[in-house]
Amino acid sequence: MTYSPHTTADRAAMLAAIGVASVDDLFDDIPQAVRAAEWVVPPPLTEQAVRTELSRLASRNRIPEVSFLGAGVYRHLVPAVVGEVIGRPEFATAYTPYQPEVSQGTLQSIYEFQSLICELTGMEVASASHYDGATATAEAALMACRLTRRTRVAVSAGVNPDYRRVLETYCSGPGVEVVTVPVDLADGGSGTTLPSTASGAVDDSVACLIAAQPSFYGQLEPMRELADVAHAAGALFVAVVEPTSLALLTAPGDDGADIVTAEGQPLGIPASFGGPYVGLMAARMSSVRQMPGRLVGATRDARGRKGYVLTLQAREQHIRREKAASNICTNQALMALAATAYLTAVGPEGLREVAELSTIQARHVASALEDAGLGERRFSGPYFAEVAVSVPDAARRHAALAERGVVAGHLLERDEPALRDTLLLAATELTTDDDIARLVQALGETM
Amino acid sequence: MSVAEAPRSDASGRGAAFSGAEGGEQLTIVEPLIFDASRPERRAVRFPEASDAARTAASGQPELPASVRRDRAPRLPEVSELDLLRHFNRLAHLNHAIDLGFYPLGSCTMKYNPKVNEWAARLPALADSHPLDPEALSQGSLELMWLLAELLKEISGFPAVSLQPAAGAHGELTGMLMTRAYHRDRGEGEQRTKVLVPDSAHGTNPATATMVGYEAVTIRSNPRGGIDLEALRGALGPDVAALMITNPSTLGIFEDQIDQVLAAVHEAGAIAYMDGANLNAILGRFRPGAAGFDVMHFNLHKTFSTPHGGGGPGAGPVGVSERLEPYLPRPMVVLADGDPDAVRRNAWVGRSTPEARFALDDDRSKSIGKVRSCYGNFGMFVRAYTYIRSNGGDGLRTISDDAVLAANYLRVRLADAYDLPYDRVCKHEVVFSGKRQKREHGISTLDMAKAILDHGIHPPTIYFPLIVEEALMIEPTETESLETLDRFVDVMHGIAETAATDPEAIRRAPVTTPVGRLDEAAAARRPDLRHAFPADPGDAPGAPTAAPTPEAPTA
Amino acid sequence: MAYPDDLRYSKEHEWVRNDDGHATIGITSFAADELGDIVFVELPEVGGTLSQFGTFGVVESVKAVSDLYAPVSGTVVEVNEALRDAPELLNTDPFGEGWIAKVDLADTAELDSLMDAAAYAAETA
Repeated sequence: MTYSPHTTADRAAMLAAIGVASVDDLFDDIPQAVRAAEWVVPPPLTEQAVRTELSRLASRNRIPEVSFLGAGVYRHLVPAVVGEVIGRPEFATAYTPYQPEVSQGTLQSIYEFQSLICELTGMEVASASHYDGATATAEAALMACRLTRRTRVAVSAGVNPDYRRVLETYCSGPGVEVVTVPVDLADGGSGTTLPSTASGAVDDSVACLIAAQPSFYGQLEPMRELADVAHAAGALFVAVVEPTSLALLTAPGDDGADIVTAEGQPLGIPASFGGPYVGLMAARMSSVRQMPGRLVGATRDARGRKGYVLTLQAREQHIRREKAASNICTNQALMALAATAYLTAVGPEGLREVAELSTIQARHVASALEDAGLGERRFSGPYFAEVAVSVPDAARRHAALAERGVVAGHLLERDEPALRDTLLLAATELTTDDDIARLVQALGETM
Repeated sequence: MSVAEAPRSDASGRGAAFSGAEGGEQLTIVEPLIFDASRPERRAVRFPEASDAARTAASGQPELPASVRRDRAPRLPEVSELDLLRHFNRLAHLNHAIDLGFYPLGSCTMKYNPKVNEWAARLPALADSHPLDPEALSQGSLELMWLLAELLKEISGFPAVSLQPAAGAHGELTGMLMTRAYHRDRGEGEQRTKVLVPDSAHGTNPATATMVGYEAVTIRSNPRGGIDLEALRGALGPDVAALMITNPSTLGIFEDQIDQVLAAVHEAGAIAYMDGANLNAILGRFRPGAAGFDVMHFNLHKTFSTPHGGGGPGAGPVGVSERLEPYLPRPMVVLADGDPDAVRRNAWVGRSTPEARFALDDDRSKSIGKVRSCYGNFGMFVRAYTYIRSNGGDGLRTISDDAVLAANYLRVRLADAYDLPYDRVCKHEVVFSGKRQKREHGISTLDMAKAILDHGIHPPTIYFPLIVEEALMIEPTETESLETLDRFVDVMHGIAETAATDPEAIRRAPVTTPVGRLDEAAAARRPDLRHAFPADPGDAPGAPTAAPTPEAPTA
Repeated sequence: MAYPDDLRYSKEHEWVRNDDGHATIGITSFAADELGDIVFVELPEVGGTLSQFGTFGVVESVKAVSDLYAPVSGTVVEVNEALRDAPELLNTDPFGEGWIAKVDLADTAELDSLMDAAAYAAETA
C-alpha cells in the first residue's frame, strides 16, 4: 500500500514535461560506485494485513492487571477529551509555526501552555517544550553554566538515575564536570539530600545544584535549604519537579529555584514504552536569552488584531547556528498540547484530587504492607505518591508477581546497589483499594 | 499602530470580529485565551473520593507537612468540557495543516501522515506499555523496536542502529558525541577539534558541533551546488574530527562526487556524518552506510511519515558503521534468544517466533551513555514501522521516484518565472531565488510567501539555504496529485505576474488569513510570553501579575 | 548614499566620532538596514577595555544576530542605556540617538586605519 496518487498517465505527463524518458534518468548523477544494490525489505501490505501485523506485536505485550510501577513514568487517567484535542488533524499534521498567519491555533495553544507551566511552577517564563524531563534537566545545567560562566555542576543522587545519566552525557560535550551529592540511603534514614552534605559539594566553581521534589525515592526534599546552599556559593538552584504534585506542594519558584524542569508525561500522556513525552522548563525572565527551546509571544498585526508568534528566535539554531544556546529544533509540541488540554480538563480542583488520591493511596499501600508484615518503609519522613519499601528477597518475588500480572513497583537494586531488597511503589488516582489488597495477597503468597 | 474596532459578537456568541478591509467586510475568528472561559466551580473531569478505609490506613503514615504545602492553588482554568473542546476546535480552525492543503516546505518532507499509523499507535497494549515493566511483559514493544531497527539498517546500509534520539538534531548530537568518543579512544581526542560543515548546512549542524565542544568550520559549495571538493581537501587534516554533510544537499542536489568526498574524509582519519533529512529522495537508490558514511540520523517525522504535530514529537534514530558501533547509546534492544533470520522471516509474513526473546542490553562499556530517558519516542516507532511495512521495499522506492519526479516537474514548470540558481536535475526538492522579483519590483521572497498564504497553500521554505539570495525551497513530496502541483504552478505564476503589475497587492498579503503580518519586532522587544492574571486581593506583594519586562542578562 | 563625513568607518560597519580622544561608537545605517528591525543589544560593560576589531557586544534583530566589532581600542566610559528599552533607535537614528558607547581612545592613530565617509560609501555601494 502506498500513498502516492500518481497514475501511469500522471507520471508520463511529468516525464514529458521534464524531458526525460524514465525516472531512472533523474538519478543518473549518483556515482555508479555508490548506487544501491538490492535490499531485503519485505513486500507491501494491505491495510488489513498491516493491522494484523501490528495487532500481533501488541498481543505480545502483557499489560499488568495491577501495577505499582512509577519510577519516573506514571499511569494517570488520560481523559477522553485530551485524545480528541490532539487527534485534531489541524494540530497533528501542521508544521512548526514559522508562518504565524496560518498557525495561530498552534501558537496560541503554546502560549497557553507556557502560561500554565509558569503558574504551576511559580516562574516567569516557560519554554514551548523539550524532549523529556531528562534532556530538559541536562539543558538546564548547561544553561546554568552559561549564565554563571562556571564549568561544574552538582546533582543530588535523589534525582532520577536516568536523568543523571543523560546529564553526564550532555555535560561530556562541553567538558562540564558533574559532581554527585549523595543522599541519605541508610535504613531508617531520611532518603533525602542533606543540606550539610550539599554545601560540602557546592563551591564557587559550581554553576548549579540540581535536586528533585519529590526525589526519585518519593521522599520530600528540603528544597528551600538546598536553594540557600546553592545561592550561598553564587550557584543557581535547578529544581526537578513532578507536575501533579504541584497541586499540593509549594511552587519551586517560591522555594528559590532559578530554573525548573520536569517530565510532563503525567499530564495526559500515556506511558507508551518510554515516549513521546514532554520536557518542561521554566526560568526567570532575566535569563531568557540563555534559555534553549522555542518561545511564543503575543503581539498584534497591522490592524491591531492580537496574534502569537515564535519570538526571541535569535537564541535558536536556525539563526545563531554555531553560537546557539542549544541545537534543539523539533521539540514535543503535540505532547505539550496534550498537557495543556489535560490541565484544562482537570482544572485546579481536579489536579488537587489527583494529587490527594495519589498520596493517600501511596500511604495506604505502605501501611497495608507494614500491617501485613510484608515490608517496612525504608526511609523515615514524609513522601508524596511513591514510597520505598524493604521487602525480603524482593527480586525473586517481584519476578514471580510479574508472571501473575502484578507489577510490584520498581526493583531499586537495578539502579542503586545499596538498595537491595527494596521496592519503589507508586500510586496514582487509578490505584484502587482492590489493587492494594491484590498486591498484599500476591506478595503474601510468595513468602 | 492603529487599533482595530472593538470586536463585535455575532449571533453565535463566538466573539467574531468584523474588520473592514478594502471595501469589504471580513469575518475574523477571535478566539480568546482559555482563561477567558474560566469561572469558579466549572469542571470538566472529576475524580473519585478516597474511601474511608484508605484514609484510615493512610493516616498511620507521615502527612505532608505544612512547610511544603502550597498556600494557593495554581490558577488553572475552570471550564466545562464543552467549552474546553470548543476552544481547541476553534483554535484548530486557525491552522493550516497537511490534512487541509498543500505544504511544500523544503527540507521538511510534509507528506501525508497515514491514519492507520495512528490506529496502530493507539492500540492499548502498545500505548499503555510502561518502559520499566519487566521485559517479559514487553516483548511486543521490544520486538517492534528490534524489527524497526532491522528495517532501518537494511534501508540505509548501516550495520547498527539506535532508536534513542528524540529528533533529528538529537540524532546529530548523538552522532557527534560518538565521533568524539571514537577519536578519544584512539588517542586523537585532543588534536581533532574541528567539524567541517558546508555553507549550505542546516543550522542544527554547526549548533550541534558547538554543543559537543567542536569548532564548526564552513566549507564553500561549488557552482554546481555540491560541496567544493578542493576546498574540502584543503580543510581536511589531522585536526578535523568530522565532516557533517546533507545528501542530497539542502539545495536538493545529489553530491555527485560523494565517493571522492568520503574517500578524502576517511583518508584524513575523520568521521563522515550524513544529515539524513533528505532521505526521501534516495530510498532504494543510495544507501549511505553501504556507500561509506560512518553515521547518519534518520528523521522519522520526515521520510517515514510520522506527523509533525506543530513542532514535534519527532524521532531521530542513528545508523552507524562498525567503527562507531561500540559507542552507541545504551541500552540497545537485542535478540537475546532466537535466530535473527527466523525472527525476520516470520515477521515479514506476520508470524511471531515463539522462542524469540528480546531484551535491553545495558552492558556496553564504550557507550556514550544516554541521550534521553528510556529508549526513544516509541509512539513514533509504531507509526514508522507501520508505514514501512505498508509500503514495503517496492513502495519505498516508489516514494523516492515520485518525490523526485514531482520536484523536477515543478523545477521545469517554474523556471520561466523564477531564477533557478542551479540549473540541473534536482532530487526531491528544488531551490529557486526570488532575486529577480526583488531587483525588478522590490518584492521579496517573504512578500511572495505571504501572498501564497492567501491561496490556502503553505509557502515553501524561505531564506534557506543561506547561500541562495532570496531562497525559496520547494519540496512537493510524493503524496500530492498532479492537479495540486499544477494549481501550485498557476498560483506561483500568478504571484510572479502580480509582483510585476501590482506589487502593492503582494505587500498587503496575506489578507484572507485569521491575522495579517504580525509585528515580530515588538514581540521580541517587549516579550509577552504568558497570560497575566488580574491581581488577586490576596496576592503577596511582588507576586507576578503582569508579565514582567526582561532586564539585561546577569552574565 | 551619503554617510556623515565627520565619522570614520570600519569594514564591519561600525562608526567612530572622535572628540579629542573621547570617542563615540555605533553601527552604521547600512548595518542596521541589513539586520532589519533590531530587538536587542548586548552592551559592553562600563570600565571594560576594547581592542580594535575585537568583539565587544551583540546586536539581534528578529531574523539575524551579529557580533559588534570595536572600530577602535580604548576604555568604555559610558554606554547608551536608552538602547535597553528602545533598541529600535539603532534603526531610526544609528548615527545620533542610537550611539552605542563612549570610549576613551587608547591610540588615536588607529583612526587612520578606518575609512572616511566617501570610502565607506564606495565600499557599501
